[in-house]
Amino acid sequence: MSIQFLQRTLKNHTVLASGILGNSKDILERVYENGCGLVTLKSIGPEQRDGHKNPTVIDLGCGMINAVGLPSPGYLNMENEWAELENRNFPIIASIYGGSVDEYRRVAEYVSAKKPDFIEINISCPNSEQHGMIFGINRESSRDVVSAVKSVISIPLIVKLTPQAPDIADIAKTCEDAGADAICAINTVGPGMVIDIESGRPVLAFKKGGLSGPMIKPIAVRCVFDIYKAVSIPIIGLGGIMTGEDAIEMIMAGASLVGIGTAVRYRGIDVFKKVADEMDAWLKSHNLSHTDIKGAAHKD
Amino acid sequence: MTTKPITDQKPVMLRVTNKKMENPGYATLFFDFNLIFKPGQFIMVWIPGLDEKPYTISHHSKNKFAVTIEAKGIFSRKALTLEKGDLVGIRGPFGNGFDIRPGQNAAVVAGGCGMAPLATLVEGLPESITFIHGARSKDFILFPDRFTIPREFCTDDGSFGHKGLVTDLLAHRITHGKPLDMVYTCGPEIMMYKVFELCETHGIPCQVSLERYMRCGFGVCGACVCGKQVVCKDGPVFHSKALREMKDFNKKALLKSGKEVDLSLYFSWRCQ
Repeated sequence: MSIQFLQRTLKNHTVLASGILGNSKDILERVYENGCGLVTLKSIGPEQRDGHKNPTVIDLGCGMINAVGLPSPGYLNMENEWAELENRNFPIIASIYGGSVDEYRRVAEYVSAKKPDFIEINISCPNSEQHGMIFGINRESSRDVVSAVKSVISIPLIVKLTPQAPDIADIAKTCEDAGADAICAINTVGPGMVIDIESGRPVLAFKKGGLSGPMIKPIAVRCVFDIYKAVSIPIIGLGGIMTGEDAIEMIMAGASLVGIGTAVRYRGIDVFKKVADEMDAWLKSHNLSHTDIKGAAHKD
Repeated sequence: MTTKPITDQKPVMLRVTNKKMENPGYATLFFDFNLIFKPGQFIMVWIPGLDEKPYTISHHSKNKFAVTIEAKGIFSRKALTLEKGDLVGIRGPFGNGFDIRPGQNAAVVAGGCGMAPLATLVEGLPESITFIHGARSKDFILFPDRFTIPREFCTDDGSFGHKGLVTDLLAHRITHGKPLDMVYTCGPEIMMYKVFELCETHGIPCQVSLERYMRCGFGVCGACVCGKQVVCKDGPVFHSKALREMKDFNKKALLKSGKEVDLSLYFSWRCQ
């Protein structure tokens, strides 16, 4: 059974979240072969950037904390990768970030010409002092970056939002009005901090990092629920989805697709197939379809 | 001393209980801790305030383990200055480790500091194996007196053993002894590639231990991908079948930024 999303046909409802694997065509292809409906390239920035020193990603049992720090070869430094991706047999989202509206515009225009299926603007990454976060917590800056990017691209635009926004639904509506074709929510929660008490130091080299995994799922579900009420464009819901039942819950909140990231850690690279199969099994056992349950939690 | 278990979650702090300078460029750091691991697996070693890097276990006994570090970049040069009593964070072990086969006719081929992950493997293999060990010079032969199994040595400068490459010795062994049923190797990637090629020519299964820049250690961040393989999770040890399909083996690697470069550029960057 295939599904439709922004005029594209996808094999199921699962999406590889940005920042997980995503570093090369080969590995994206493997994720796709393991049941993922739509894969996301690791975020592309305006210049070559190393990201932070390690430790950058730590498992906390109930999820992860990370401050990888937006490493990127830089959008002008990826010709080999684009050449390889040109001959792909799977749909991709190109995630981008910038430090100013002009940087977003420049990166988006260039990347759009490389013909990914979708472009996602990360206006929500909490892990860098200069990049991202500032746009996604404020209505005016969100609108400016969305409309600037929309004006230079020819493919559908997904905007990835942060739960740190005081009113995420209001930001989502602002993005929709500025031309966004879909919303992706949520990015990691926080920032949080973990201190090693023997050395008396934060464990992450960047000290603070975003939380992901099962511990943030209720926040993600609430955000998607609020956004669904505010907008009419589709939502990619993510944050702590581990199982098919988690995915069903997210769809009931209003998501059209479900993103998976941290669960790769706990259930392996084939988590996409597992989640898709579990969703199908649940729907079948309840004699329901995806359409029946989408936004179902909104009934009075 | 801590009795908290070391896990693949947040680091557990251990004090260096002993340090041995193996030669001017290699140091072994010992820790008193009962670590459950399999030869070829690795741990992430965190020096608070500096960085965190992957290292394989070079010594293992019931209440002790060690890592052997070659001074190359900023982190490893600092690691060589650590002293008894200094605190480092450990998480792991990660990765698959060697797939240890019971055959009597295996060969172990070590190059330089690549001896480190092979040491605990050798200690569990029968006396009948072939053991080949190369280094740039006599001083850089790691653990020269450690094993009961006899070793054939070679050095680049001829200062110890055969003057030449480990593949010279392996090729000779292949044509002058019982058929080998497995070759385990770790060392410079070009060396491992040549070992792999030789094994392919003679139909001998092979396991190599790869190295790439790593972050998470458990297969989510993607920093260490090599072809379709995630080195920290699917590896670091790969069998011949995976190596045949791994087009980046001995060719390409990702820098910290994620930029794909030729392996020579990657290794010169790693030594900065």
